[in-house]
Amino acid sequence: MVRCPKRECPIVNMLEIDNLNVWFGKHRDRVDAVKGASFIIGQGESFGLVGESGSGKSTILRAITGLAPLWSGRMIVEGQPLDHQRRKTFFKTVQMVFQDPYASLHPRHSVDQVLGETLHLHGFSDIDARVVKLLDDVGLGQKFRFRYPHQLSGGQRQRVAIARALAPEPHLLLLDEPTSALDVSVQAEILNLLADLRASRGLTYLMVSHDLSVVGHMCDRLAVMKDGEIVEVLTVDALRATKASHPYSQHLLEASL
Amino acid sequence: MMGALLDVENLWVKFPSRNGVFDAVRGVSFTLGRERLGIVGESGSGKSMTGRAILRLIRPPGIVEADQISLDGVDLIKLLEKDMRAVRGQRISMVMQDPKFSLNPVTTIGNQIIEAYRLHNNASKAQAYQKSLEMLEAVSIRNPERVMRAYPHEMSGGMGQRIMIAMMLIPNPEILIADEPTSALDVSVQRQVLDIMDKLVKERGMGLIFISHDLNLVADFCDRVLIMYAGRIVEVCDADKLHEAQHPYTRGLLNSLPRLDMPRERLEVLQRDPEWSVAPSVSARL
Repeated sequence: MVRCPKRECPIVNMLEIDNLNVWFGKHRDRVDAVKGASFIIGQGESFGLVGESGSGKSTILRAITGLAPLWSGRMIVEGQPLDHQRRKTFFKTVQMVFQDPYASLHPRHSVDQVLGETLHLHGFSDIDARVVKLLDDVGLGQKFRFRYPHQLSGGQRQRVAIARALAPEPHLLLLDEPTSALDVSVQAEILNLLADLRASRGLTYLMVSHDLSVVGHMCDRLAVMKDGEIVEVLTVDALRATKASHPYSQHLLEASL
Repeated sequence: MMGALLDVENLWVKFPSRNGVFDAVRGVSFTLGRERLGIVGESGSGKSMTGRAILRLIRPPGIVEADQISLDGVDLIKLLEKDMRAVRGQRISMVMQDPKFSLNPVTTIGNQIIEAYRLHNNASKAQAYQKSLEMLEAVSIRNPERVMRAYPHEMSGGMGQRIMIAMMLIPNPEILIADEPTSALDVSVQRQVLDIMDKLVKERGMGLIFISHDLNLVADFCDRVLIMYAGRIVEVCDADKLHEAQHPYTRGLLNSLPRLDMPRERLEVLQRDPEWSVAPSVSARL
């Protein structure tokens, strides 16, 4: 009898996606954004999703967090299968950092309010101390605590967004192009910060990017997506050695070298 | 220089503020021939302001000053606003950074492109529709019929940007100012958009000002590159020699990029020298 290896050690895999389909709209305007995607991310791993715009890589993240309501298939986070309705505990495990730091922060809430509200909603009592700690962790410090988003640069805003995602102490961080709106010099700072946080907190990353060199720098393994389908899953070492087997991955690789 | 389409001399863009006048662009000079001129720098370095100032798109209280901005011998800085409108779009076209703010959110994409086309051409609606479909296909959008029916919020960033480029190319301008046209696009589509612009420069003799923060892209695609920092040009070099650039700022930018062929544990973070912002601007006039 063949035993399922997943049963023996239930929380080895942080995230399992099995035959995930996501679609929007209906009838003639129905768009199948993700078609039969499957992959597994182990605990503490950093996994990249690359592909062109419209290939469905961000949609997978949105489906995991519950922002894309129309989906079928199986999604399992830390051994817990996901319903169409997300539980409160889910958001303690999984958090997301969005692409555009200019759009993801409330313009009329100060950094203190943004972080304080998140902590309050997650039921923490020592909010003040935690806000201080979060700001220090993302390298901002106290002088930014009572500033509003328009008083911050793009890199600083993205640090606030990362602090907000870290507030409920998640295990899995979904990063949707966290540096594509930033300058290269600031991108280096944010990527270094993310690498440090992952090492110090033992986080698991699922990172979406269209920039192969960023994914190559941050991740251990990656999946290449095209037209809503995962065409190939390979390790970064294989990518560097230009051992991508699917013609589309090779094409992407050529374009970014 | 003969054959220069555009000659910019000593361009300043100033914004008066409560804490005195802020100089966004400080004494920038360059010429543009029938070539691909890249302007690179970080956000806030004044590269977009330079592009906007050429079209006089800086709104009051912003002030644009220049010894001259001459387009075929006509000084744009002295032109009346009425005559300037004939220059914008028809002779110098601009693709803006963010397609979200450039497209009308409450009108379908199709209607917007048709409107742009019929404004410049005397065509029937059916002709304009056909032409719009061709334009969308030319910027490699799949399923253009669906896109024509769609509203801007239904488009991804990359598709929005390609739609903008399609609209800008309709009047067949002499100069295209492209402000980060491909930063929202992924590498494979980026290549296609660049190829479209490349073809326009080669076939129609168009001049292209390509504003970008992506050094590798500019090195690859442009003929000449201006590197801007704090409103000044700190270095001018031929694009193929960008990787041998001398200025510490350019070197810092190049080193902060992650590279697939050279994996590193940590990325280098740019250390800024206050000297760079006070040094005089380098002229890029030929």
